[in-house]
Amino acid sequence: MRKPKALIFEISRPGRQGYSLPDCDVPEKPLDQLLPEPLRRSAAPELPELSETEVTRHFTELSTRNYGVDTGFYPLGSCTMKYNPKVNEETAALPGFACLHPCQPEETVQGALELLYNLEQGLKALTGMERFTLQPAAGAHGELTGLMIIQAYHRHRDDHKRNKVLIPLSAHGTNPATVSMAGYEVVQVPCDERGLVDLDALKTVADDTIAALMLTNPSTLGLFEEEIVEMAEAVHEAGGLLYYDGANMNAIMGYTRPGDMGFDVVHLNIHKTFSTPHGGGGPGSGPVGVTGRLVPYLPVPLVDRQGDKYYFNYDSSRSIGKVHAFYGNFGVVVKAYTYLRMLGGDGLKQASEDAVLNANYLMNRLKKTYHLPYDRTCKHEFVLSARPEKKKGAGAGDIAKALLDRGFHPPTVYFPLIIEEALMVEPTETESKETLDAFVWAMEEIARDIDEDAEKVARGPYHTVVGRLDEVRAARSPVLSWQNKPAKK
Amino acid sequence: MTYKVIDGLRYTKKHEWVRQEGGVAVVGLCDYAQDKLGEIVFVELPAVGAAVEAGKSVAVVESVKAVADLYSPLSGTVTEINEVLFDQPEIINRDPYGEGWVYKVGIADEAELDHLMDKAAYEEFIIKEEEE
Amino acid sequence: MGGRHFLPLTNEDRRAMLDEIGAASVEDLFKDIPPAVRLKGDLNLAPALSETEALQHLAALARKNRHFQNAVSFMGAGIYDHIIPTVIKHITGRSEFYASYTPYQPEVSQGMLQAIFEYQTMICQLTGMDVANASMYDGGTAVAEGAIMGCGATRRSKVLVSRSVSPFYRAVLQNYFHSRGLDLQEIPLREGCTDHHSLASMIGDDVATVVLQQPNFFGMVENMSGLADLIHAQKAVFLVSVDPLSLGLLQTPAEYGADIVVGEGQCLGVPASFGGPVLGIMAAREKFIRQMPGRIAGETIDGEGNRGFVLTFQTREQHIRREKAASNICSNEALVALAAAVYLATMGPRGIREVAEQCLRKTAYGREQITALKGFKLTFPGINFKEFAVTVPGDPAALNRKLLANNILGGVDISPFYPEFQNTILLAFTEKRTKDEIDALVQELEGWK
Repeated sequence: MRKPKALIFEISRPGRQGYSLPDCDVPEKPLDQLLPEPLRRSAAPELPELSETEVTRHFTELSTRNYGVDTGFYPLGSCTMKYNPKVNEETAALPGFACLHPCQPEETVQGALELLYNLEQGLKALTGMERFTLQPAAGAHGELTGLMIIQAYHRHRDDHKRNKVLIPLSAHGTNPATVSMAGYEVVQVPCDERGLVDLDALKTVADDTIAALMLTNPSTLGLFEEEIVEMAEAVHEAGGLLYYDGANMNAIMGYTRPGDMGFDVVHLNIHKTFSTPHGGGGPGSGPVGVTGRLVPYLPVPLVDRQGDKYYFNYDSSRSIGKVHAFYGNFGVVVKAYTYLRMLGGDGLKQASEDAVLNANYLMNRLKKTYHLPYDRTCKHEFVLSARPEKKKGAGAGDIAKALLDRGFHPPTVYFPLIIEEALMVEPTETESKETLDAFVWAMEEIARDIDEDAEKVARGPYHTVVGRLDEVRAARSPVLSWQNKPAKK
Repeated sequence: MTYKVIDGLRYTKKHEWVRQEGGVAVVGLCDYAQDKLGEIVFVELPAVGAAVEAGKSVAVVESVKAVADLYSPLSGTVTEINEVLFDQPEIINRDPYGEGWVYKVGIADEAELDHLMDKAAYEEFIIKEEEE
Repeated sequence: MGGRHFLPLTNEDRRAMLDEIGAASVEDLFKDIPPAVRLKGDLNLAPALSETEALQHLAALARKNRHFQNAVSFMGAGIYDHIIPTVIKHITGRSEFYASYTPYQPEVSQGMLQAIFEYQTMICQLTGMDVANASMYDGGTAVAEGAIMGCGATRRSKVLVSRSVSPFYRAVLQNYFHSRGLDLQEIPLREGCTDHHSLASMIGDDVATVVLQQPNFFGMVENMSGLADLIHAQKAVFLVSVDPLSLGLLQTPAEYGADIVVGEGQCLGVPASFGGPVLGIMAAREKFIRQMPGRIAGETIDGEGNRGFVLTFQTREQHIRREKAASNICSNEALVALAAAVYLATMGPRGIREVAEQCLRKTAYGREQITALKGFKLTFPGINFKEFAVTVPGDPAALNRKLLANNILGGVDISPFYPEFQNTILLAFTEKRTKDEIDALVQELEGWK
């Protein structure tokens, strides 16, 4: 199964050409006259030289060394790797969307503005927020935008003593990182024995120095925070605001809305809930919605409508400004709008129902073999602990590698941090019962393999194009570009 | 799993060890901590001459997937750092109590040493930590 | 009900699965959501469309827009209408790439990891830097994060940014800095470029980062000589935002002594898409690697010695270092970076040089023709790479309306960002513009007003 692959630089041949450009048809002047030599680079960049055939074959072969949602089951917890409808790719590629310049006059982009306007209406209905900005380019970018809005709100009220943001221990890493980036201090809130946020602990830290509580609901354990009303009250009474991390929105569509739960600010992960592809890491999109009192602080511009004309509204004296050079990841937003229009309200509700049903089914089957630390009804995901297997000699990371050998992408491992040897499983609604059953068999087989020969499991994977890679070497002797001498540390 | 603990050293709850050498304290990472962290790939050390405060982070040790702060067991001034670790941080894994020492600090208040655990107390402490 | 074709569960499946769970109905699985917060009634969304209907609806919206395929664009200001080799979309359209997650499981992500590694190498080759990351959101956030990187490296909190840096980027920078309580000061302009004398008087040992742009917002090639010494004498960090395509021809940032290089990579084979998704480029000298945000791919080997690639230096990142992370960035623009890698592989060293040269030549031609017209005046003297500022005899919006009537997307009005330059537009001339198209533009401009 091991299969070496050359780097593109290694197959380069001087003199080959992969491009085809028209001849320069303006009158030629000596280059020195246009750009004196001292302003020019002294040597050409060492880019590869290949014909189009080789470029195509090279990257096509690389694609065969990559696992995507179309390859198979991808149950990464908190990542919502649902199927990415093909039609989305078609609509975003329409020249009327893909070939737009962001500075075009409004009258030339009415269709784009209408789309942004319509999508905002949909997101408002889904979340119960008053208005949305579509500018943030990713979930973490949305978090930062949200905290900037919260900060501007407190500052506008001359409430300058609020320098802390509360975060549950189970939170995604982006939450605390965002808090620091916005200049706030992180205060961790512990979880109780049910795996839910400890309400009493929350009440003791919620004082007049907190700017906000950032919460994912359902949590990264896949559990719905049942005391959300009391939590919201505690934070609001202290003068803080409630921030909803929409990473797990796929669990609750049509059942409850962040607005109904008392949240003041929401970000959504378009590349999770709204079926847009993850692109091997991005692009994503992280729209942020707010309640009425926070609307003045949203980034500019917003898209408004007057009669049948749509326009960019920059008229906002309290706006935080801009978080992206232009309007965010418009191309991703087109896909989200396509998805929203294809599912409608009942389709989205059914998606959440099936996502939750799939997760509970998988959890109930797997808990017979693996340890389930919080054994209660889950929402769209659940977390197993491979601590017992680790003691036998093969932990969560090894189970992940064994799944690769069986053709599955593994769950998220070693997260959330509050569970040792965590395996976080999110099947999503776009998987069939047959796929889930096959995954259960694979997991059961791995458990038997660990009982028989844990060491062998810990040396896997065996059937991938490369074996387990030496990450220690990569960090100790970094090679971060082709043929660079290992950088000195 | 048993971890190496050395007689004659003092220990903190954050798994640093201290060896008194006259007016200077040598500080390092305990065997238990290096084992939990895994193969160490990077260290960030304080500057010689830096003032350190007991209980405050003074150095950082990283493996591939984890980061650990080293908290100073004592208050005082850094007199020497183990520069070999910049190129070979893995020495901490190999010899945590010897060549893998991290930094030395001039002792300002010897009484601070009394707050730290001895071998027996520390051994008991890590057994408890393991159970949790 | 909409979206059935993405929902494989049959009613029999659902029944069997509920039995396995021991639940009477799906509703049972939502019992933990308290009645007080339940949504009353249905979601108020437009009714679901079939695939055909959705395509028709989206196509109808798209048809309401003018775009690069039904108008000739001279718009620039950071986003351009360049030639995009067809091969790119066929590579990025492979779902093994676009429908994959961040390559945290390297054994099944070698394709993306190697592509990122190759992309990093190409960015290092273009900029002369030692290390590049796997991308930032866009040019604007790359500038902001790069400036913050300089603050982390120097443990200082004051940044100087030239007014010749894109106002779109400065807006983002300002926002990031205001939130964090960092100090941001602007270096004034002199003839459309950074005023070196002002920079010299403003810089001190409290400055973390100096932010410049090359070519600058007005398309001008700035004089970078002597700046690195000035900046480094104060142990400050020299950051430059570049047009990566210009580096087919222009002096590299390494050659003039920059420490961190950022930029907008849309010009590398990426559709304009109304400004996003585009590509934030970031590269730096090796000593800044621990302050660098974002993902980085590195080379290593497996147990049998086979070469492979992994995400490395992950301890900088939010999922490990949490509140002490270099940045909060998680999702990036990996697929766009892949597009840029395919672009650069297709163009090679000669292709990118030729594109850069054509931009330079066509801009020079356009500038010569237009500034010869009565009432049109070159705003700043100097060298322009692929766009220039021109002061026009009237309201830019009115001019653009006239041009649009003849299927031309005209210039970007800069007066909202530079009130001192009224009636001034940026006109961009990429390699894609032909002499005929430029002549047609000149003809439209001639005699206007």
